[in-house]
Amino acid sequence: MSLSWSGYGLEALTFNADNGYLEAILRGYKGNLLTAADYNNLGQCDTLDDIKLNLNATDYGPYVQNEPSPLQVSRVVDRCTQKLVDEFKHLRAHATGSLADFLDYLTYGPMIDNVVLIVMGTLHERQVEELVAKCHPLGMFDSIASLAVASSMQELYRLVLVDTPLGKYFSNTLSSEDLDEMNIEILRNTLYRAYLDDFHQFCLGCGGATATIMDELLSIEADKRAITITVNSIGTELTRDDRRRLFSSFGALAGPGHEALAACDDFDQVRAVVERVPQYSSMFSRISQAEAQAMDKAFYEVESKKLVLSFEQQFHFAIFYSYFRLREQEIRNLMWVAECVAQNQKSRVHDGIVVPW
Amino acid sequence: MSGAGARLNVVPTVTVLAGIKIRLAAAKKGFQLLKKKSDALTMRFRQILKEIVAAKQAMGEHMREAAFALTEVQYAAGDNVKHAAFENVGQAVVKVKASTENVAGVRLAAFADATDPDDLKSRSGLHGLARGGQQVRRAQEKYGKAVEELIKLASLQTSFLTLDEAIKTTNRRVNALENVVTPKLENTISYIKGELDELEREEFFRLKKIQAKKQEAIAKAKEEAKKAEEARLASGQIGAPVTLGAGGSAESF
Repeated sequence: MSLSWSGYGLEALTFNADNGYLEAILRGYKGNLLTAADYNNLGQCDTLDDIKLNLNATDYGPYVQNEPSPLQVSRVVDRCTQKLVDEFKHLRAHATGSLADFLDYLTYGPMIDNVVLIVMGTLHERQVEELVAKCHPLGMFDSIASLAVASSMQELYRLVLVDTPLGKYFSNTLSSEDLDEMNIEILRNTLYRAYLDDFHQFCLGCGGATATIMDELLSIEADKRAITITVNSIGTELTRDDRRRLFSSFGALAGPGHEALAACDDFDQVRAVVERVPQYSSMFSRISQAEAQAMDKAFYEVESKKLVLSFEQQFHFAIFYSYFRLREQEIRNLMWVAECVAQNQKSRVHDGIVVPW
Repeated sequence: MSGAGARLNVVPTVTVLAGIKIRLAAAKKGFQLLKKKSDALTMRFRQILKEIVAAKQAMGEHMREAAFALTEVQYAAGDNVKHAAFENVGQAVVKVKASTENVAGVRLAAFADATDPDDLKSRSGLHGLARGGQQVRRAQEKYGKAVEELIKLASLQTSFLTLDEAIKTTNRRVNALENVVTPKLENTISYIKGELDELEREEFFRLKKIQAKKQEAIAKAKEEAKKAEEARLASGQIGAPVTLGAGGSAESF
């Protein structure tokens, strides 16, 4: 029903009938994201137990309060991730129609990581249980354990992957010869590229505000990937053509920008290419070669700002995407703070925290 | 009995004395040599100790940096990159070469980092290609340094323990030679000497005694001869008094 109205700007008519409940829940969740004041308090902590105490007052309270001391940073992060997963599962269970599909798309990213992890582990003859335990809980699917039965990549595709949601990405982008010889990181990024393209198409198909906002958000993601891949592949054995093939087909840099990126040989060339795009020029001018590590954080900042803006509009799916991305960032922030506290590097606490508002 | 302390249980003869004297000389020589060895080892020991302290401090610094670099990786690339890196490990890249070093006859284990830097670089591969590759490489570098430091420290620490043991043994030997073996031998020598002196004195006394006896015997013989002479002279005039005179002289004895 709702689909028939979309594209005319009339999705507001029926949006609430299908998805209003979930949007309300989500906006409620969003209100509980940690604020700058919370991070300030966390930054003052001296031990992990103090952090736990501080988290008790937030939404994470029920997840961390029963953790026994001594606390491990990884344990805190696990519990916080568990909260995100629980929220997601709740929303997914109540979602119908296009929103359900939209939410499914959100799981494909972690799913790609999991598949790659298991495939890689299997090639090195690890135990399946051990590998499954390391998988991201959001990217689990029923047949994940059976990934390990395959002995070669072709068999893997034929027996298992073809039935998973990722099957189409394999069949569209990879020939069977590729599967046997390809570097696993390239495989991961090829799949991710196919996924981003597909997700982008899906969002455009949804029409209305979803299409506009998601186009913007996914463009940032695509550009971020293109730039990071370029920077990280400088000086490695990745050829220009291979690099070019990992770029998504949309985004502010698509087309000539991608061609230029593919030809870059050092960081300054990348900067020259990226500075031509208005929305990234200010960000890149602040980053020098020496602190190329700061690039990721700068991207997180740009992205977070955009994610928050999506909450300004109503009747669209992008807030679901935004919320989970913001939560992910929040868990990253928590991980950073906790590590800084645990390693006694409190002077660097503020280097890693991205507060979206 | 000469020598208050312990001594070897030997027969006090001149031959044994010569043997013991040779042993004493050997013990003194050995003591000097071992003392020198001990000094050399102690010097090396102190030096290693200094190096260990420096290495440990550097170690702490490196480890802290490395751990923080890992945090940066996790921040930029997510937790997953760790597992991906684990699964991608084939052959060990960091290699350690063990050799031995000789300090005053003590074999010390020395470890050297035999990692091929080019190999290390090529292994870093494409981890975190889309997210955090820079950080991954930085963490690899930092941990590389930490491992280097660790190898150095392991080498020093092993040497430290070996040297400690060697110094203890050497010192024990030095002390044993100085405080037990040498005094014992010296005691033995003085005992033998004393014993020999004693023998000599006894011998001398005995000889004196014998001489005295002999002179007495000679004197007596002379006396008797004299008496016999007198008796013979007397019997020339009076016959009977010879036996009387002899009896009388026996009585006077």
